[in-house]
Amino acid sequence: MTVEAAAGLPTAQTEAENPLTAGLERLPVPPTTLVIFGATGDLARRKLLPALYNLAHDGALPERFNLVGVSRKEKAHEDYRAECEQAIRQFSRRKPDEDVLKALLEHVKYVPGVFDDDSVYAELQKVLDGFEREAGEPLNRAFYLATAPTFFPVIVEELGRSGLAKHEQAEVRVVIEKPFGTSLEEARELNRRVLAIFEEPQVFRIDHYLGKETVQNLMAFRFANGMFEPLWNRNYIDYVQITAAEDLGIGSRAGYYDKAGALRDLIQNHMLQLLCHVAMEPPVSFTAEEVRNEKVKVLKSIPEPTPEEIPKIAIRGQYTKGHAGGEDVPGYLEEEGVPADSRTETFAALRLEVDNWRWAGVPFYLRTGKRLARKVTEIAVTLKPVPHLAFNQAGSLGVQPNQLVMTLQPNEGVSLSLVAKIPGTRMIIRPVNMEFLYGTAFLSESPEAYERLITDAMRGDATLFTRNDEVEAQWRICDPIVKAWEASPEGLARYEAGSQGPREADRLLRPGDRWRAI
Amino acid sequence: MARSDAIWSEQGTTPDAIEAALRRLLIQRHAEDDNYVPARVLNMIVFVDREWSGEIANRLRGVGRYSASRLLVLAYEPRRERLDARVMIASDEAPAQGSLALLRETVVVELGDRHLDDLLTIADPLMVTDLPTLLWSPHGHYDVLQVLLSLAQAVLVDSVDEPIPHEAVDRAWRLSGQAYVVDLAWLRSTPWRERVAASFDPPRRRPELRAIESVTVRHQAASTVSAMLFAGWLASRLEWAPGTLATQGETLLGKAHAGRSSTARQEVELRLQADPELQVRGLSGLTLQTASGRELSLERGRGGLLARAREPHGAEHTWRIPGASRGETGILGEGIRQALLRDPTYLPALTAAQAMLP
Repeated sequence: MTVEAAAGLPTAQTEAENPLTAGLERLPVPPTTLVIFGATGDLARRKLLPALYNLAHDGALPERFNLVGVSRKEKAHEDYRAECEQAIRQFSRRKPDEDVLKALLEHVKYVPGVFDDDSVYAELQKVLDGFEREAGEPLNRAFYLATAPTFFPVIVEELGRSGLAKHEQAEVRVVIEKPFGTSLEEARELNRRVLAIFEEPQVFRIDHYLGKETVQNLMAFRFANGMFEPLWNRNYIDYVQITAAEDLGIGSRAGYYDKAGALRDLIQNHMLQLLCHVAMEPPVSFTAEEVRNEKVKVLKSIPEPTPEEIPKIAIRGQYTKGHAGGEDVPGYLEEEGVPADSRTETFAALRLEVDNWRWAGVPFYLRTGKRLARKVTEIAVTLKPVPHLAFNQAGSLGVQPNQLVMTLQPNEGVSLSLVAKIPGTRMIIRPVNMEFLYGTAFLSESPEAYERLITDAMRGDATLFTRNDEVEAQWRICDPIVKAWEASPEGLARYEAGSQGPREADRLLRPGDRWRAI
Repeated sequence: MARSDAIWSEQGTTPDAIEAALRRLLIQRHAEDDNYVPARVLNMIVFVDREWSGEIANRLRGVGRYSASRLLVLAYEPRRERLDARVMIASDEAPAQGSLALLRETVVVELGDRHLDDLLTIADPLMVTDLPTLLWSPHGHYDVLQVLLSLAQAVLVDSVDEPIPHEAVDRAWRLSGQAYVVDLAWLRSTPWRERVAASFDPPRRRPELRAIESVTVRHQAASTVSAMLFAGWLASRLEWAPGTLATQGETLLGKAHAGRSSTARQEVELRLQADPELQVRGLSGLTLQTASGRELSLERGRGGLLARAREPHGAEHTWRIPGASRGETGILGEGIRQALLRDPTYLPALTAAQAMLP
């Protein structure tokens, strides 16, 4: 037996495989030209360009890589390169290496124009052809739509009309930022228009939460540790609570946030994704289709809320002035750019049920909000209490059910609350925590979510992107609530900035259940 | 620069006293601020000559976040009679609100010949139980290395350190039978391997892997082993049977047989060429030629690798592939990180390199 065979490695005998990739931590990314629509916007400047720089720094960009920025403002290639450089210097997670930065910027071009103008796409075609001539080979194309959502269908249709959506000798992909629609109807319409031009495997819908190491770790935690799976069902789990709390207000995002609100901003996408990760069945394999199939099954198991149910399963709130970080802070209505009569929710909490064999009867509580007491994103799984307790509880803090808390930020880790005896002559017990912190256990630095997502999109790996049916299934759950809230001015609770959120959220809880302190 | 240090030292000490000091200092740090938490990733044992221990300490300080959670430096001075020790617990940053500050522990034990027989009983109690342990003996001392191997799951070597490639490759091979070998000479070739893998990854390029007919690897004069490991990697991945290389001046020349059937055998020319211009360890460039006449060259350059492709019809393209140089400190850090991973391609590459040894 060869050493390779003994090590279980693929060899040159495996025709379809590239035998040189075995053992490499970083898999090759095909030669690609990335086109960013909305190239001068905040997302491009703060996230995409720094992510590209960091990939370049690590030698993780494709062997052949070009970047084209497309935006409305007229400017020369050199001016756009200077803007890229400035954005990278300002927002990169590491100080740029001058030589690497220069090498990256050598392959950057800019195409100005409005997104519904055919001539923009004709010019873009010329630039893309020029890159291919220079390379002497066909290059994959990835179109990244980092624009306002209204332009998504416009750009996609222009790409189709101009012939840029097809390439005889290379792959063409489109990356679409969130939000993917603001309602079920819009999401369906957007899917229809996108899929009229591209095939589903070419479409990469971003939910940047999925690119976070912490979210990916959830799957490793659940499916690579045998001790949890036997307990991971309605027989042992009492309820699940998912919290995404922010201590900050809306900052300069009033324009976006006041139209979106907490439900659309976080619950419809990120928090339902977290719920899927908690509730999904183990996939047969970690391929994009298998993982997404399982997540869609979870979403389909959550009943669409009826108008009668909504007040019982959904609570919204808006912060008033209060205190944060030791300072007085304004209420939502006093924030710059917010209409004085805004009824947008800055807090939302839901109680959802996953009606399937594993989870029937287990409530999933979701809550998110701005200007809460603390910044924390966590999933807390509360186990059912023990059926009988032989100890005398007098003089002790009492027995609490075990709680498994997976913290996604700020200190990623897992803690398990247990009950232990207080040292002494009597059997007095109290809860203690067994804690594991990811930060203490790894040497590697986590890449930014966008670094991973851009790489995956260029490689054509859609595992961390949402599929068309997944997006629609998410909207199917949230859309009735959004509509009910928009239709009725009633029921917007107020909470003081820096607090735990509105007291009304307690109404969602079953008797005996309680929100964890934020 | 460490922002927070706690230090203990004692002359004429014992492993028990050192271990107790470690525990006490950790409790003190945690009591000061419960956001101080000890890193629990990796133990590292370094056996060094005491007179050079400062230089090794400097190298290890440079690896930053890749530092072992607990570093045990056994500083050896042959005539030393007394066991002296220092314990340092340091954090790179003070804990900010809501965030952790990781503590890393360094234990320096100064010892002499008289302690070598009991080395295991000195080192073992000072390791964090259940953490993987990496062993490094940068100044040789292979007899001591053999003793300490029973405490380690991985051993760090730099095959370039050995002046005779034969000895370096044979030693790495023998060590591979006892622990997982992390060879810095191998890690220096990682970006080159990644780029060659990427160049042939597009499906239209993959068939050319079977048509490679010459490989030239240019390397720093002292880094022959890095070049051999790179060539060995290609040979093992592509199922070539390499023959012994012959020395011709500063170059090693030879052939490998590609293809498994006797009728389809094809020879691949191998050329490992010392580059007198390159001052740092590792490779300076490589050129691959295929039977179709395509040639791919990669050269070390500022801000990344300079690539040149010449097509069969004569067209030539040059471009730069961005990537920052890791430097020797970065490679050492990478070596420490690799102790927690397992690269299944090193051993086959080493085996192929062994077959090439002149």
